Amino acid sequence: MDFNDTPDQAKFRAKCKEWLDSNAKLKDAGKRINVESNLEELIAKAKVWQKKKYDAGWAMLHWPKEYGGINATPIERIIWGQEESKYDVPGSIFEIGLGMCGPVMMQYASEEQKERYLPPMAEGKEIWCQLFSEPSAGSDVAGLRSKAVKDGDEWVINGQKVWTSGAHYSDYGILVVRHDPDLEKHKGLTFFFVDMKSPGITVKPIKQITGTAGSGAGFNEVYFDDVRIPDSQRLGEIGDGWKVAITTLMNERLAVGDAKGADVNEALSLAKDKDDFGQLMIKNQAVRDKLADWFCEANGLKYTKFRTMSALSKGEAPGPEASITKIVSANKLQAIGNFGIDSGDMAGMLIDEEDGMSSFQAAWLGAPGLRIAGGTDEILKNIIAERVLGLPQDPRADKGLPFKDIPSGK
Amino acid sequence: MNLDFSDDQKFLQDEARKFFDKEGGLTNTRKVMDESLSHDEALWGKVLELGWTGIRIPEEYGGLGLGHLELCVIAEEIGRALAPIPFSSSVYLFTETIIKYGSEEIKKNVLPKLVTGEIVGTYAVAEDMSAITESTLSCAVEGDSVTGAKIAVPDAELATHAVVLVKGTKGPELRLVDLNSDGVEISLQKNLDKSRSFYKVAFNNAQSSLLGDQGSGWESHVHIMDQAAVLFAFEQVGGSQQALDMAKEYAMERYAFGRQIGSYQAIKHKLADMYVAVTLAKSNCYYGAWALSSESSELPLAAATSRVSATKAFQLCAKENIQTHGGNGFTWEYDCHLFYKRSKVLSLNLGSEASWKEKLVSAMEKTNTLN
Ligand SMILES: Cc1cc2nc3c(=O)[nH]c(=O)nc-3n(C[C@H](O)[C@H](O)[C@H](O)COP(=O)(O)OP(=O)(O)OC[C@H]3O[C@@H](n4cnc5c(N)ncnc54)[C@H](O)[C@@H]3O)c2cc1C
Ligand SMILES: Cc1cc2nc3c(=O)[nH]c(=O)nc-3n(C[C@H](O)[C@H](O)[C@H](O)COP(=O)(O)OP(=O)(O)OC[C@H]3O[C@@H](n4cnc5c(N)ncnc54)[C@H](O)[C@@H]3O)c2cc1C
Repeated sequence: MDFNDTPDQAKFRAKCKEWLDSNAKLKDAGKRINVESNLEELIAKAKVWQKKKYDAGWAMLHWPKEYGGINATPIERIIWGQEESKYDVPGSIFEIGLGMCGPVMMQYASEEQKERYLPPMAEGKEIWCQLFSEPSAGSDVAGLRSKAVKDGDEWVINGQKVWTSGAHYSDYGILVVRHDPDLEKHKGLTFFFVDMKSPGITVKPIKQITGTAGSGAGFNEVYFDDVRIPDSQRLGEIGDGWKVAITTLMNERLAVGDAKGADVNEALSLAKDKDDFGQLMIKNQAVRDKLADWFCEANGLKYTKFRTMSALSKGEAPGPEASITKIVSANKLQAIGNFGIDSGDMAGMLIDEEDGMSSFQAAWLGAPGLRIAGGTDEILKNIIAERVLGLPQDPRADKGLPFKDIPSGK
Repeated sequence: MNLDFSDDQKFLQDEARKFFDKEGGLTNTRKVMDESLSHDEALWGKVLELGWTGIRIPEEYGGLGLGHLELCVIAEEIGRALAPIPFSSSVYLFTETIIKYGSEEIKKNVLPKLVTGEIVGTYAVAEDMSAITESTLSCAVEGDSVTGAKIAVPDAELATHAVVLVKGTKGPELRLVDLNSDGVEISLQKNLDKSRSFYKVAFNNAQSSLLGDQGSGWESHVHIMDQAAVLFAFEQVGGSQQALDMAKEYAMERYAFGRQIGSYQAIKHKLADMYVAVTLAKSNCYYGAWALSSESSELPLAAATSRVSATKAFQLCAKENIQTHGGNGFTWEYDCHLFYKRSKVLSLNLGSEASWKEKLVSAMEKTNTLN
């Protein structure tokens, strides 16, 4: 039992550090977050950083060389991630593409398509989004209704997607649609990738609880009005849409992982230098109790990740431990955000004119979305109960029915 | 990066699990409870035969000369089996104190007999119904004679010796006392978990030997507590996992309203919460095991983190296991209460959750190492 890198891993880590040191600045803890920062600027900055990484081979290091990677091992990928996360670098806008669309393209696209689409995706030249959720299909994504009708070598798509993060700046998207409503719900789905500039696609940004629409991490409604997609952009067989979608969702769970933002260290720093009831907050027993709980959660997640890494290091498949990450970290983020805001007492709700929201305020406002996106808390608990613990599935009201006969509500 | 036990250690754990199962598992715990025994004599005898009390004792004193990690894996299995034996008192607390603070002479006299079981040890701290501090310590030593009383001392009847935390002229001291010597009086105290025994031990000019240095007894005591916290936490994780497994099994078999109760989300989500707590606790324990076995300066932080996390996990799993069992869970016949009671006693043995949270935050203030 040790935390040391093997000599090879240490060498690799040093290489990561060296490159990062000469290309980025270390993070500045407690920095205020301005959510209203200009979108174009944000994208431009992110693209520059991605391109830099790509040119040096870091962008998608675990990918094969021919698609822009360096064939790195899973453990090297984690080491890179650990090192990069210490630096103040732009992020997020490529996460869905690289974390979810990339792997699905890698697995299902033709060789020609992979050569065409994967390198620009890795380079950050082309941004991708994920068009799964619909007004009537979120947790139950297989209940989606957008239609695909075959017409010669093409498919004609009609319907609506919703909550599509980044659709407003994306070049391509992965899409699940229903090709046959007479089949059972999971059997009537087919998977495509689509050019977001195709005629008939309309993207309408949705105003989020942050009060912004069309911001960096913002989501959208996406309407499909007789959009034509060539059959060659189908991923998997006709009717295999669910299977392909599940591959993507599995990747999503790995990609989403740890909720980023105000953490226990920030809460500790705050408590160490802020007065409350005439004494430092850190002297308050109620504050100490919370810090202890958050530390146990954060530390538990950290070492859960280390256990996963250890398994990977030995060439073993990691256990199901990682399934707890999002549920624990998103809830912790919300609680820490709340704690930081409350420390301002009567004035805790005020936003600084110049610096914008505090990291606690941003955490509090963003956390509700994290508890929903990529599988809600409730769905994740179902998954732990059913897949990890092996408890029976919920009885289903839709079992065996043709999709068109399934009851639906709001 | 290798945050995992070695194949040998995993093998040892597997052997330990099979051993406790073969020897009767929870029926031993029940027997001790129902017959008001102090411990399971036969089981303790077999544990001695296996040499487990000497795991950490160097070979020159007749032990196996293995490390703390071996102790961690056995602790987890003891926790799972709720084994009614004085292992934690004698091994995690007493033996570790002798190894670390005993003079050469004491080590020579005591360690080999701990391996054979001729000596069984315990560790005496509490004096009243509150957390002890350096300044409230009242049991005192003058010259070599100890006077005062300790309560909630585990396994004191079976134990032949005790490490006693006392007030000395230069500050707290750790003292080794032969419990069969003059001036020692032991009386059983009733407690919530009848599968474990606790005693009042009164000293009236009882003879003792100094362990470690005069005046640094408090630091030594804190260090022994930190070490033991990791080992207790492994017991707690073993118990949590077993309580979760029990709840899961029952939820699969029990039907209500025409369905397995495990198909209701109220039960599923309860069990998922238990799984999350156990997973966090286990990962924290691995960190604790690393700090313990590598003698890291992070031990105070790692120990408190393991301890708090495991205490929370075991208490959650034990109470929700009862809940999952419905009316059956509230009966003496079902095993749920064994876990409930052990989870409480284990959570108090080294000091309450609140006191360990206090240690955790103090360590955080000093180190701030999470990144
Ligand atoms: C910030 C953000 C970004 C997103 N980005 C994308 C994206 O890029 N692409 C995309 O396709 N989607 C995206 N989503 C959509 C997201 O996947 C869905 O919102 C999510 O799956 C929940 O679906 P829903 O909103 O329809 O809620 P519903 O499924 O209607 O759920 C409503 C409530 O019911 C509960 N519930 C539902 N089913 C069950 C059940 N079986 N058992 C217990 N409780 C249940 C849910 O947990 C929830 O609390 C995003 C969402 C957010 C918030
Ligand atoms: C101290 C005590 C005194 C009692 N006295 C009496 C008495 O005087 N007279 C009498 O008739 N009975 C009495 N009972 C019985 C009591 O009413 C039942 O124990 C109780 O209704 C639970 O039923 P069960 O034990 O069969 O558990 P189960 O119904 O098997 O429940 C097991 C678990 O499954 C859960 N569960 C069951 N169905 C669902 C569902 N649909 N959704 C979600 N979760 C579910 C339960 O909440 C529980 O956690 C007593 C019980 C106790 C503990």
